[in-house]
Amino acid sequence: MTKYLLLKHYRGDHDIAYGDLAPMNEWTPEEVDAHIAFMGKVVDDLKARGEFVDEQALAPEGTFVRYDGEGRPPVTDGPFAETKDLIAGWMIIDVESEQRAHEAAAFLSSAPGPGGKPIHEWIEVRPFLGQLPTVTE
Amino acid sequence: MTVPTDLEPLLRDLSPQVLGILVRRGADFAAAEDAVQEALVEAWRHWGDDPPREPRSWLVKVAGRKLIDEQRSASARARREERVHREPEQGPTEQADDTLLLLSRCCHPALSPASAIALTLRAVGGLTTAQIAEAFMVPEATMGQRISRAKRTLSGERFERPGDVTAVLRVLYLIFNEGFTGEVDLAEEAIRLTRQLSAATDDPEVEGLLALMLLHHARRRARRTSSGDVVPLAEQDRSLWDTAMIAEGVRILQAALAKDQLGEYQAQAAIAALHDDAATAAETDWPQVLEWYDELLRLAPSPLVALNRAVAVGEVDGPLAGLRVVEGLDPALPRRDAVAAWLHERAGNLAEARRLYGVAADRATNAAELAHLTRQAARLRHA
Repeated sequence: MTKYLLLKHYRGDHDIAYGDLAPMNEWTPEEVDAHIAFMGKVVDDLKARGEFVDEQALAPEGTFVRYDGEGRPPVTDGPFAETKDLIAGWMIIDVESEQRAHEAAAFLSSAPGPGGKPIHEWIEVRPFLGQLPTVTE
Repeated sequence: MTVPTDLEPLLRDLSPQVLGILVRRGADFAAAEDAVQEALVEAWRHWGDDPPREPRSWLVKVAGRKLIDEQRSASARARREERVHREPEQGPTEQADDTLLLLSRCCHPALSPASAIALTLRAVGGLTTAQIAEAFMVPEATMGQRISRAKRTLSGERFERPGDVTAVLRVLYLIFNEGFTGEVDLAEEAIRLTRQLSAATDDPEVEGLLALMLLHHARRRARRTSSGDVVPLAEQDRSLWDTAMIAEGVRILQAALAKDQLGEYQAQAAIAALHDDAATAAETDWPQVLEWYDELLRLAPSPLVALNRAVAVGEVDGPLAGLRVVEGLDPALPRRDAVAAWLHERAGNLAEARRLYGVAADRATNAAELAHLTRQAARLRHA
């Protein structure tokens, strides 16, 4: 089993976003409820399969901080990406294969949005560094 | 409540035996496992400093009673009396058969490797769900669910005689390779289980796997620095190797080879034995190692074996010959770049070696290897 981090990238840039996705605060309450219920179902399914490890949602606002030399205050609010690309949250799963990780991520990305249509959110899938592999010599 | 410290290993040894007896007598696997867990709790509560004279019979009796209690509550009154007669009898049993039977049940081909590992550690190893979860660094609920799913998968499967030893050996080797991550040393657990299996069968491949594990495990203290960095075989301090364990591994391997039914684990153990046998890395008998890799490739062809064989070719026929072998292998193969980098370095192509160490580091799948390969690249940059 390998653990994977699923990073949910919210991309407001319409060159990258799928179709013409409205920001979540413009959705109807029913659409928001349906979206949240779907996310709950994803977690329940992963738990039932013995694959769920952890998840957290993140607040949209963040601050970039950088060390700026001895005795000087840290630099804050540094360079943000040109596109509106932020991490909406993350999930850790522990699955049998990379293929299964991609399948779980694709399902996560199929969450419903406006009009009940899938929002096709980008999910970045990153394997955790694991144990030393099989000894072979 | 005080529990003598020697009670835990005793109970861990007995629990798979008791489970095996119940299952062999026809009990449902999942129900039998629950009953054994309950019996262990009873033993823990009542034995204290004075375990019964026949602890296994005691556990079989109690677990059998738990099993019947459970069945009773779930079935009609009329059928109850009949089931009482099916209570497992006391008496001598064949421990050997039970171990193999239970292991092949837990390593059933219908299960994924991860499920088989979890179930084996729980049912045969006697580890708690919490211990297994800790070893694999997942929440206890996740591991509990994985074990439940495995049991559900098996509940419809018939289970009368020991199954395929090959599947069992693969699962035991996977457990061994998990090594040490938590309270429980899984490598040692795998060795313990393989010893049990070896006592239960005459299959030389079981001995081959046991020898392989011992011959690798003997080097464990030399494999990492105190800060956890990987030490390649050639650079290991061989005085740290466990010579008694090596001697045992070699003895078991020789007995297996004498049966003249060669298999992949015996071949791998033979390679490990040749490495363990060399007083210094320079004294390694590479021509023999290469012969065993040829044999291994014939018995169990795999890209990883082909890659390791390339290293041996590099030692016997020179780095350029090794590189020619590597060039024929799939570029996506893990550690292919690391092997190519090492062969290029030996051939004097330092720039290419440095580049490939960097590529290999980017593709490393664990932190120790990442650090090692990054250091190799940095070393050549400053050479």
